[in-house]
Amino acid sequence: MDLTRRDVLALSAGAAALALTGLEAGPAFATPEETQKSLMAFTGGKTPASGKISLTAPEIAENGNTVPVSISVDSPMTGDDHVAAVMLLAEQNPNPGVITFNFTPMSGKAQAATRMRLAKTQNVIAVARMSDGSVYMDKKLVKVTIGGCGG
Amino acid sequence: MATPKPRVRVPKSAAKDEVITIKTIISHKMESGQRKDKQGKVIPREIINKFTCEFNGKPLFSCDIQPAISANPYFEFNAKLAESGTFKFTWVDDNGSVYETERSIEVK
Repeated sequence: MDLTRRDVLALSAGAAALALTGLEAGPAFATPEETQKSLMAFTGGKTPASGKISLTAPEIAENGNTVPVSISVDSPMTGDDHVAAVMLLAEQNPNPGVITFNFTPMSGKAQAATRMRLAKTQNVIAVARMSDGSVYMDKKLVKVTIGGCGG
Repeated sequence: MATPKPRVRVPKSAAKDEVITIKTIISHKMESGQRKDKQGKVIPREIINKFTCEFNGKPLFSCDIQPAISANPYFEFNAKLAESGTFKFTWVDDNGSVYETERSIEVK
């Protein structure tokens, strides 16, 4: 589902409230603007549609240092019609970009899994860019009990 | 830091055009650059920033990696092969080191 204007405003309010508390203890977290910027750089300025890509992540991550995530994209993976790349972003990590998976038709299936760090409870976003330039996204909220940024 | 050790799991054989699963891991601290030492100084970033898999010299799959990937980076992905041959797996460290391993597979 796309980041609606309501989502962005809600995120901004949260980020502003955090800034006002003057917390110096932990790392600074990414702003919604930074996340959007990273996302748009990957999509070439296109707003992703929903569908085709599915992001799997736990509802609750006991250890933010190692959160298993996987993606799967519905695609024939032929020369003419395949997934070129999938990017994972963590909206409220110190830096939103997590990883970019680059696929080829020889991949057979546009599927990949890895383990990531999440600084705190936040949305993980997966964006797919197809060989024809179209872009799709999925988003999951992951609750984190112990943050994974060494802070 | 001990020399990063890569481990990969690749089937020894596959049918032509069968989609197989490949699992890879490499021992590496993936120092994110977010942590501070006891004196309050930032511990500099040092991660594996790129992973590539080639088959018979052609690119199959790769990852551009950021510090948010966990220590001992794990990647699982697929391949659909038309012929027998050799996989080459490569991990590139921020410090310039390159770690490699290869695996052969028979495709019937």
